Amino acid sequence: MKILSRIYVALMVFFLYAPVAVMIFFSFNSGESVWVFEGFSASWYADAFTNTEMIEALERTLIVAILSATISTVLGTAAAVGILAFRKKITKNAIMSVTNIPMMNADIVTGVSLMLFFVFIGKILGAYESLGFATVLIAHITFNLPYVILSVMPRLKATDHSLHDAALDLGCTPISAFFKVIIPAIKTSIFTGFIMAFTLSLDDFVISYFTCGHYQTLPILIYNMTKKTVTPDVYALSTIIFIAVFVLLILYNIAGNKSDKKRGVV
Amino acid sequence: MNKKGFGSRIVASPYILWAALFVIVPLIFIAYFAFTDPSGAFTFSNIMQIAKYKKAFGLSILYSVIATIITLLISYPMAYFMTKMKVSSQKMIMVIVMLPMWMNFLIRTYSWITILANKGLINTFLTSIGLHPVKLINTPGAVILGMVYDFIPYMILPIYTVMSKIDNSLLEAASDLGSNGFSRLRKVILPLSFPGVISGITMVFVPCVSTFYISQKLGGNKNLLIGDAIEYLFNSGPDFYNVASALSLVLMVMILICLFVMNYFTDSEEATVL
Repeated sequence: MKILSRIYVALMVFFLYAPVAVMIFFSFNSGESVWVFEGFSASWYADAFTNTEMIEALERTLIVAILSATISTVLGTAAAVGILAFRKKITKNAIMSVTNIPMMNADIVTGVSLMLFFVFIGKILGAYESLGFATVLIAHITFNLPYVILSVMPRLKATDHSLHDAALDLGCTPISAFFKVIIPAIKTSIFTGFIMAFTLSLDDFVISYFTCGHYQTLPILIYNMTKKTVTPDVYALSTIIFIAVFVLLILYNIAGNKSDKKRGVV
Repeated sequence: MNKKGFGSRIVASPYILWAALFVIVPLIFIAYFAFTDPSGAFTFSNIMQIAKYKKAFGLSILYSVIATIITLLISYPMAYFMTKMKVSSQKMIMVIVMLPMWMNFLIRTYSWITILANKGLINTFLTSIGLHPVKLINTPGAVILGMVYDFIPYMILPIYTVMSKIDNSLLEAASDLGSNGFSRLRKVILPLSFPGVISGITMVFVPCVSTFYISQKLGGNKNLLIGDAIEYLFNSGPDFYNVASALSLVLMVMILICLFVMNYFTDSEEATVL
């Protein structure tokens, strides 16, 4: 039984990583194809770094990811605090139902609904182009917010009120009590929310596709490339990103193991 | 414990404003476009035109149901075996399962072309050992494979999370009361992991039924799904926004019904099981 389960897990890992292995393998192709392997060469890695279109797209992706994750973490944490302060259950449930919409809805529907809205606003404002950096950023903040709120809220609910009350009794203003007592108590979940928002934004294709206009992020660039021919430089860049994420995850896990042994991974 | 929060309701107001403006209003736009013509007059013709897309709807639902079932069938044993490992190995394998999710999903899907193509890796292997090549790419099977592959972590993770929380003493009690491995699985683990299964099913089914990239790349042009139709129409210019909105609206309602049914299942099951 034990051997059987080991084989099963190994097969699953093989299935999960077969396309990844193909990608890494063909990133070292000396030829121009991602189909026919001609020989080993690292030249596509050099090309990936000199391909300005690709580097610019990567920069845009990172800018949107960092900004949207930061803004949605601040807005979302404030939202979690505020929503818990509502006394009526109906109001609370109504807000949480709306919060669930971007998470539950199909990405394509979220994407097109935002696009229709942005195009309409653009027309009213008489903008030359209604879609671009601002609209992608707004879209990303919108789909990131639920994940931050749902990450922070349970932790906030479980936080002991007596510490907060003690701070108030000892003369803290509500605001300084919040920053000195509550924020440190929930900082792990805020961080988890931020990381989730960041990775979601980094990887998003569908919603960006409908809201980005000419502001090409990396997934959009890759999409346009896969419409024509894909050269191994995309694979080289993806391999670098893959390894970077791998290292970050390992580090995050080591840090997570130290700081909080009870919670699951990530 | 008193139930007051740690701050004032007012701090939620920027978010509430944001959600109203960028979640609710855009959905109203979809509904508005679905029921008007390009000049803005009220019409049912967009909704009527959906009949033209019934094949795409049918295929989307069919492929997604098959993909979800396959994903569930291969993820469940995986999650079960994961819970049987040492705690340190469990964390490792979690990272391994989640890592491909952080790789661009377009690239992941594209890599499958290299594997499945007519002169791809599998067929090269088959011909090299003297077998006939098989047609893999541009088939419904390839689309379903792409769906299973792209969304399988969303099935493994919730099932694993729920399973790993099952109290070991329940299993011991079952053994003490004379149940063997199989009946323990059927009578204890299966019902207790049900909420994880349900959330896995919804998390896989929703992206499958609305996908528009997997079908284009792995299915050729013969297996167009509802997501492809929506994407195509929105790219065809503002005159087609209305029909595209009608399709999106129907897709959304379909997903809502699905979620509602799934929720109903978990609630009633939990009530009977726990």
